[in-house]
Amino acid sequence: MSHRELDDMLGKGWRKPAFVKNAWLRWALSVGFVAYLIAAFLTIDVDWGRVYEGLDRGWAFVLAFTSPDFISRWGDIWSGLLESIVMTVAASVVGILISIPIGLGAARNIAPLPVYIVCRGIVAISRALQEIIVAILLVAIFGFGPLAGFLTLSFATIGFLSKLLAEDIEAMDKVQAEAIKASGARWMQWINYGVQPQVMPRLVGLSMYRIDINFRESAILGLVGAGGIGATLNTAFDRYEYDTAAAILILIIGIVMALEYLSGIIRARVQ
Amino acid sequence: MPVLERDDAHIWRRRTTGQSLVRWFGWLLGVAVFVYCWQLISESTTWFFVWDAPRIANDIWTRATPPKWDYITQLGRPIWDTLNIATLGTIIALILAVPVAFLAARNTTPSALFIRPIALLVIVSTRSINSLIWALLLIAIIGPGVFAGVIAIAIRSIGFCAKLLYEAIEEIDHSQVEAITATGASRWQVMAYGIVPQILPAFAGIAVFRWDINIRESTVLGLVGAGGIGLQLSASLNVLAWPQVSLILIVILVAVMISEWVSAKVRGAII
Amino acid sequence: MLRLQKLTKTYKTGDQALKAIDLEVPKGQVLALIGPSGAGKSTMIRCINRLVEPTSGGVLLDDVDLTRLGSGALRKARREMGMIFQEYALVERLTVMENVLSGRLGYVGFWRSFLRRYPQSDIDEAFRLLDRVGLLHMADKRADELSGGQRQRVGICRALIQNPKLLLVDEPTASLDPKTSRQIMRLITELCHERGLAAIINIHDVALAQMFVPRVVGLRFGEIVYDGRPTGLTPDKLTEIYGEEDWEATIEKVDDDEEVEAAE
Repeated sequence: MSHRELDDMLGKGWRKPAFVKNAWLRWALSVGFVAYLIAAFLTIDVDWGRVYEGLDRGWAFVLAFTSPDFISRWGDIWSGLLESIVMTVAASVVGILISIPIGLGAARNIAPLPVYIVCRGIVAISRALQEIIVAILLVAIFGFGPLAGFLTLSFATIGFLSKLLAEDIEAMDKVQAEAIKASGARWMQWINYGVQPQVMPRLVGLSMYRIDINFRESAILGLVGAGGIGATLNTAFDRYEYDTAAAILILIIGIVMALEYLSGIIRARVQ
Repeated sequence: MPVLERDDAHIWRRRTTGQSLVRWFGWLLGVAVFVYCWQLISESTTWFFVWDAPRIANDIWTRATPPKWDYITQLGRPIWDTLNIATLGTIIALILAVPVAFLAARNTTPSALFIRPIALLVIVSTRSINSLIWALLLIAIIGPGVFAGVIAIAIRSIGFCAKLLYEAIEEIDHSQVEAITATGASRWQVMAYGIVPQILPAFAGIAVFRWDINIRESTVLGLVGAGGIGLQLSASLNVLAWPQVSLILIVILVAVMISEWVSAKVRGAII
Repeated sequence: MLRLQKLTKTYKTGDQALKAIDLEVPKGQVLALIGPSGAGKSTMIRCINRLVEPTSGGVLLDDVDLTRLGSGALRKARREMGMIFQEYALVERLTVMENVLSGRLGYVGFWRSFLRRYPQSDIDEAFRLLDRVGLLHMADKRADELSGGQRQRVGICRALIQNPKLLLVDEPTASLDPKTSRQIMRLITELCHERGLAAIINIHDVALAQMFVPRVVGLRFGEIVYDGRPTGLTPDKLTEIYGEEDWEATIEKVDDDEEVEAAE
């Protein structure tokens, strides 16, 4: 019987089965996508003359990286950078401390339902609003300065870290936690012995990652007046001082690289 | 796990005296750094504004509600632009990220000594700098508009996508590559049959994930003049038209939620 | 047909995996390569098609020294040698048919293979092979939906569609259950007889080797310590290859198995 099948198939072409089974849907999807791309391209009006003029400036900027100017505005750069670092450190500490209880509350397997809903709500709000929009609102409320930036970063840290921490707790090994509960531990003891050891390595790793993100974000908060290196950078661009801008960007990249390296070491140690 | 002997009794402690001292000192140092940071923030804060904050917040809230619903008719084009910035930016970034990732992955790079460090440098430098800063830079070079936004998003996403992709390439199953090589396949055939099918799911996941992030980022690019709905936000903020601001914020929230939903659906379908 | 001359492989770590191996395999002969883990079996097979680059010595396939070939000529030479792997090494996210056709990659150009437009003769041959191993109805399934035994059959098809003179088989049964192992070994040896292929089967299961092949080569610490008929593998010889152990049980098991086989 199988040989009849074979005879039927011999001499016939073979095509790879398509990813989308329905031929009509497949065509609709690809035609739709191409149509969207064309529409999108057509609605971007590019002033090519302006772009062409800009190429010189772009090249000047690339060249500026070979001779960055750290010196002439070092005072501004230093104070901006210090403010960024200070905001990062303070906001990371406060954000991490607050996100631990909220993370515990947002884990369905250890928190009662009302607490869970409240904590998940906080997480959702924090994640839906970008840092820069929060910063604009907080600057409007608290005035210019690093306080607004500090509060923004803390708020963003809470959303990020609580969510991932909660997911980690929900995915933990139940048996270990049950064993601690079986020994008659109180709630706090149970968290300390049954839950904490399981989620600690990941919490440390995520915290390091968040410090890294906080520093990167702190570099733009200055654009809306919330303190940090962003204001200095913006001024440098406005004055077309590309060598100063290049110096600032090199410093940012260097610090981010150092942070990543450090977090790599710390993560390897806690695991 | 040191066990001390004192008065013929064995005392179990978690750490030796030296270890506890180091830990205690570490915590002290951490607290000192935090206090110092907090002082710096508080020095550059006008506390009068902060004490006044509840009143101002309340004031803004009463001005911002209800949102000016009929303003939505003017938001159609900005929303379309925002979508295009995110989508086209993601597509360009993916096209550029693929070769960078192959050059950066240990098992596919042509030269671990020269080319790999360059690829890694591209990844880290594009990744460390926020898209708003890229937008600032591009506006200085090629002028304000949607085009600058697309390029800013594209550059920022290269590093992100290439990093995740090269990690996926490094994790592929080598025996499948070996099997294809053993058939006498050429270098490019080994790539197309042995490597690409293995990383395709990761690639699709990364693309959708980054698209979701880019929708968020492109909503605020307008703050610095790079097109999209952020332009309206910034214009409304400048004239303190709070009912318009609140409407735009609602639109951004909805857009972010939709993109998150879409990306979750697509990722679910792929995996 | 295949001749290894003083084939030596020294890894960068200084481990000498192969110490001047001399071996000759005539056309159509199936031989089993046995030995403890780390004896150099895998290295030897991979040195033949240069997935591992030998340090010195020669690999002569029909009087062409493979170790001297440039990359283009090496690819042509690799088409003559089909390889079957321990963990099947199928490209899991491709379909069964694509996996089989990937055996033709050495014969078709890049764009043809990229667009999956293989010559009709290749497609017919793929169907015939799949039919031969009983998997024709699975042609459009994805490889990761198959069971271990089925995957290894696809692996065999991929090797055979190359139209090779020689099969290099690396632990074909290591991840399979005993029954499937026998089926796969039987399939490989049958196909070799049908097509007059020589094969080097690298295998750790001595009983299984004894059951299916006419010639056994024993490898220990990168040197050949036994070369002869499977019946010549006495407990003494096995001790020489593997070290001290009670071998009577292993050898007796062969007889038991054969009875079971007869009863089936």
